[in-house]
Amino acid sequence: MTDAHTTGPFIAAIDQGTTSSRCIIFDKDGRIVSVGQKEHEQIFPKPGWVEHDAAEIWTNVQEVVEEAVSKAGITSADVKAIGITNQRETTVLWDKNTGEPVHNALVWQDTRTDALCKELGRNVGQDRFRRETGLPLASYFAGPKIRWLLDNVEGLRERAEAGEILFGTMDSWVIWNLTGGVDGGHHVTDVTNASRTLLMNLHTLDWDQKILESIGVPAAVLPEIRSSAEVYGSAAAGALAGVPVASALGDQQAALFGQTCFSEGEAKSTYGTGTFLLMNTGEKPINSYNGLITTVGYRIGDQKPVYALEGSIAVTGSLVQWMRDQMGLIKTAAEIETLALSVEDNGGAYFVPAFSGLFAPYWRSDARGVMTGLTRYVTKAHIARAVLEATAWQTREIVDAMTKDSGVELTALKVDGGMTANNLLMQTLADFLDAPVVRPLVAETTCLGAAYAAGLAVGFWSDTDELRANWRRAAEWTPRMDEDARDREYKNWLKAVERTMGWIEEEK
Amino acid sequence: MPGPIQSLARAAAILRLLAGGERRLGLSDVASSLGLAKGTAHGILRTLQQEGFVEQDPVSGRYQLGAELLRLGNSYLDVHELRARALVWTDDLARSSGEAVYLGVLHQQGVLIVHHVFRPDDSRQVLEVGAMHPLHSSALGKVLSAYDPVAHSEAAEIKREPLTARTVTDDAAFEGVLDLTRARGWSADLEETWDGVASIAAPIHDRHRMTVGAVAVTGAVERVCADGEIRPQLVAAVRDCARAVSRDLGAGRF
Repeated sequence: MTDAHTTGPFIAAIDQGTTSSRCIIFDKDGRIVSVGQKEHEQIFPKPGWVEHDAAEIWTNVQEVVEEAVSKAGITSADVKAIGITNQRETTVLWDKNTGEPVHNALVWQDTRTDALCKELGRNVGQDRFRRETGLPLASYFAGPKIRWLLDNVEGLRERAEAGEILFGTMDSWVIWNLTGGVDGGHHVTDVTNASRTLLMNLHTLDWDQKILESIGVPAAVLPEIRSSAEVYGSAAAGALAGVPVASALGDQQAALFGQTCFSEGEAKSTYGTGTFLLMNTGEKPINSYNGLITTVGYRIGDQKPVYALEGSIAVTGSLVQWMRDQMGLIKTAAEIETLALSVEDNGGAYFVPAFSGLFAPYWRSDARGVMTGLTRYVTKAHIARAVLEATAWQTREIVDAMTKDSGVELTALKVDGGMTANNLLMQTLADFLDAPVVRPLVAETTCLGAAYAAGLAVGFWSDTDELRANWRRAAEWTPRMDEDARDREYKNWLKAVERTMGWIEEEK
Repeated sequence: MPGPIQSLARAAAILRLLAGGERRLGLSDVASSLGLAKGTAHGILRTLQQEGFVEQDPVSGRYQLGAELLRLGNSYLDVHELRARALVWTDDLARSSGEAVYLGVLHQQGVLIVHHVFRPDDSRQVLEVGAMHPLHSSALGKVLSAYDPVAHSEAAEIKREPLTARTVTDDAAFEGVLDLTRARGWSADLEETWDGVASIAAPIHDRHRMTVGAVAVTGAVERVCADGEIRPQLVAAVRDCARAVSRDLGAGRF
């Protein structure tokens, strides 16, 4: 047995997330030594608009770093590198000379650029930039958010064109401040974050001049695109002053890295409010014809980039919350399992939670949620089953799309996130995928991924094989469903999905 | 403000004692657990019975929570909630101990495994969630029997089968094991359930100080023991984990 109190040296990971900022200190075995965490305010100025105060976030980041270092009882001398991971696509513009944000950050969920994205699609539609960027023109991505700020903040475009304004996703904002801010801060981003702007060309890994012109973003505001694992600079002040800042990865890519999905065909799925499934597709970007996103998985130093296919499910954990808060059928999220286990099966009921349309692989904004197959026999327990099955079937649909696009069969799915505590869901997932579902011992795969990348950059870990050897299986669910039952249920699910479509009449 | 009303406080204590998944207690169990005279306990139970808060089994004469109380709101801890709260701590225990971790609760006359973390050595292992472990010989079962009066009465009633040559089956010896468990705050199973397998368990309490489950590490006896003794670091790690989960459930420091 190893000593409970590990000795250094350590790696610090900063996770600048959607609801909170965290700092986790890891030891060489990838074990958590201490955690600092602080939530920040969610600002909703109008329906559909979501903002963060970037200055508050930077203050919180400094505090959580302080907290984690002090809880661990260590000094900056014990920490070999700092890794950064962050909520993706959230966009901030700030004044290069004062370091002040010129507007609240526009959060990835913010839909104010919907109309702008439609307009930018011109006669081509949402796939106008897909070949270059791997992305559809959708309101999540950073490029149109920059354009909105330049159009709507008085005098901003002129200042941007004069080179006074800097743009960043949250990785850039944190790194610039961490490495000195107005006193020589480094204005950089990594390939994974840059791949979510709609402005980077996936093949050259550089900003695409044509798209910059089309969307209307001056090149002067953009950070330099660097790899995900290299030393960008050193922390200028604070609890970790002098420590190299050595990695940046968008949160889902960091989880892919933390789950050590380093080989082609390896995939991870993170089950939170929503779910994000990423599959490593090797050194070539694969175009999706099945509604997935093509993105950069990671790039270590000057090695070749590794690409990924990504599929997301909008409503998973939030469906359980909806059952708790809106329907009142359960008191805690965990009780969904108790309720679902009180019956043998779904009793013929299916629930497709297309609350804001169908996402991957359908992309139908005219769809709305349905419960179908209802009879007098159906109880709330059957509905609870249907809720869990909805998450599993949606995962299956994304995995099927990935197999079609990449030609690679999934051998096992690595899972993380809060819903992995639900044993019935994990078993159902294995049954529906007909593949083993595996949970790693360290649940904090996002922070771990950032720590791993930073540790690789400074030689704390020698290579990805060493990281792979650190990965430990905490649980594995193997398929137990017979094929006929699986096929029959899948057919029913697909029928239920069909019934969601066309609910919303053509928008004006 | 007047002081607390003693009989109400006692009635609340009885209800808490009876609150749980499969709880049935005899009059003497109730009285001795709460340090009440039998007559006093009987009077309170009868009143609660009239209110529908308690029901008495006509055959065994044992008491359990009544339907009326269940209608007022299920007060017992959902086992899936327990698992969700325990998840990070049990992962940490598996990592620090290098052994498999189990979380168990009393279910009928045995221990239901509600969570299982694999031994972190990448060997093939099978998830045992949903399995039953014996109440009288496993470390989880012994710690539950020592701390939870319902488990205690179940363990006292069942036929304690000798599962290995080391299983304690004799009444007095079994009570002695439970006394030792209460005195030191943890239990051990050294090849008493399965040959070659040893286990150490500690109780998990909720904010009412009720024992709601137990956590254990289990591994080859050669690793769990050194020089014929249970390794003290393993005991400390199991107890730390149980305390951390209890704190998460709102139990005070102890």
